[in-house]
Amino acid sequence: MTVSISGAMTDAVTPHGSRITWAAVDTWVVAKRHLLHLVRRPDELLGTLMIPVMAVAMFGFVFGEAFGVAMDVPGAEYREFLLPGLFALTMAFGIGNTTISIAEDVRGGVLDRMRSLPMSPVAMLAGRALADMILAVVELTILLALGTLFGWQAHLGIGAVIAALGLLVLLRMAFSWVGILLGLLVSGPEAAMKYFALVFPLAMVADTIVPTDLMPGWLALPAEWNPLSSTVIATRELFGNTAAPATTWVGEHALTMAVLWPVAIIAVCLPLAMARLRRLGR
Amino acid sequence: MITDEPAIWTQALRKSYPGRGAALDGIDLAVPAGTVHGLLGPNGAGKTTTVRILATLASFDSGQAWVAGRNVARDRAGVRARIGIAGQYAAVDGILSGRQNLEMFARLHRMRAREARARADELLERFDLVEAAGRPVKGYSGGMRRRLDLAVSLIRSPRVLFLDEPTTGLDPRSRLEVWDAVRELADSGTTVLLTTQYLEEADRLCSRITMVVRGRVVAEGSPAELKSSVGGRDLDEAFLLITEGA
Ligand SMILES: Nc1ncnc2c1ncn2[C@@H]1O[C@H](COP(=O)(O)OP(=O)(O)O)[C@@H](O)[C@H]1O
Ligand SMILES: [Mg+2]
Repeated sequence: MTVSISGAMTDAVTPHGSRITWAAVDTWVVAKRHLLHLVRRPDELLGTLMIPVMAVAMFGFVFGEAFGVAMDVPGAEYREFLLPGLFALTMAFGIGNTTISIAEDVRGGVLDRMRSLPMSPVAMLAGRALADMILAVVELTILLALGTLFGWQAHLGIGAVIAALGLLVLLRMAFSWVGILLGLLVSGPEAAMKYFALVFPLAMVADTIVPTDLMPGWLALPAEWNPLSSTVIATRELFGNTAAPATTWVGEHALTMAVLWPVAIIAVCLPLAMARLRRLGR
Repeated sequence: MITDEPAIWTQALRKSYPGRGAALDGIDLAVPAGTVHGLLGPNGAGKTTTVRILATLASFDSGQAWVAGRNVARDRAGVRARIGIAGQYAAVDGILSGRQNLEMFARLHRMRAREARARADELLERFDLVEAAGRPVKGYSGGMRRRLDLAVSLIRSPRVLFLDEPTTGLDPRSRLEVWDAVRELADSGTTVLLTTQYLEEADRLCSRITMVVRGRVVAEGSPAELKSSVGGRDLDEAFLLITEGA
């Protein structure tokens, strides 16, 4: 065998092109890796989709009539109300896979290997966020189709639907950065799995499944200020779906808040995650 | 490619982990370019810590470190562009196939897609992984995984290669394969810093050896020098004597 292992010893100096261009290329390469994981382990995607599908079945049909009665609307109308809630809820649940995969990369040494390469540091993490956003589009497409099957409809045209999907993907990006930060902080993937149940209050104490005006006052306040609620209310508006009339400041400014919340979350979590990444080298 | 300037040079390198004593208590290393240098020591001696510092993966508290003419503390990017590292625990992606791993890391080395594919082909061939190339790495044997890890570390033909216990846990045949690869690399002018707990390995591969115990250098020299300094005994005995005396 004469193939040389070591070719000409040219230093891996970054070819011309700006740092931002290279950060984008690296991010895409890392994102592709996470997407390949999903292709090789489709059960993960199925697992994520199982939750909203079960939720449509359970809340839409089992408890739906009762919720409808409590809200004074027919069951079909409750399902209209419910589906945007489930879209956002699915975005939130994605945080579990994000956290676990980053914790696995820390544990398994893949992140160390990346840190030994002349690649863009932010891309090591942003690749996961990008993959999550692409995955979110896939999940939402499936859920939209399923929702239509259950009789759910968007009433305000394609432009509004795209705007709503944009808000949902933005929400997912925010949760993605929360997950990335948590993945760098937890002691390992097992810990990430153990804490996953904490997503439930986050996803439920919100205007997702039960309207906040049916909640006791001490629960209604955090539910109204939950970032999920802003996205849900804004997307209900954009889909032209049933919604309880807004009675609070956050409720009235749902559209603005549906942009501000995720942007603020990313603005906090991204730099913290980068600081944590640097600290891994201590 | 032997030049006057050492490819790896450290002086009084110190590091302690929070809440523990010193992991490195003043390590001095000078490795001439194009040689294979052994970092030999028992478990917990500080071998991995030294390698991680030199590969920019960990910081150090005091002292100096230069790799391939670059200051490790100040020019991490410069160091990273010139090194390869293969770890004690193979850091490859278990879910991806061998080929996907090589192509991904090649792309992250800033190779174009076509160039990355060609390099992956070359390395798969060289490390006898062509047949397994499409299978997930999870299903690889220990030896295959280690070969892939080595292949990944060689994607950009590094000037300096760090091998942290590259044969620990391998069967004798796989061990010989790794040894062959190290020799081939040395012949092509790559500087190799190899850590090992096995004297035999250091004796066979390294032109010089630094023995480390509890974060301190206890002996330094060629295998022959180390042997003669303890009265012509073989290296295993020398190792025991020196370690006990430390
Ligand atoms: N991340 C860490 N946190 C705390 N202590 C560590 C860490 N890594 C290594 N050590 C300690 O530093 C010393 C040297 O470890 P290491 O460099 O792994 O030795 P070797 O590779 O020679 O077996 C040991 O006492 C080990 O317990
Ligand atoms: Mg070690």
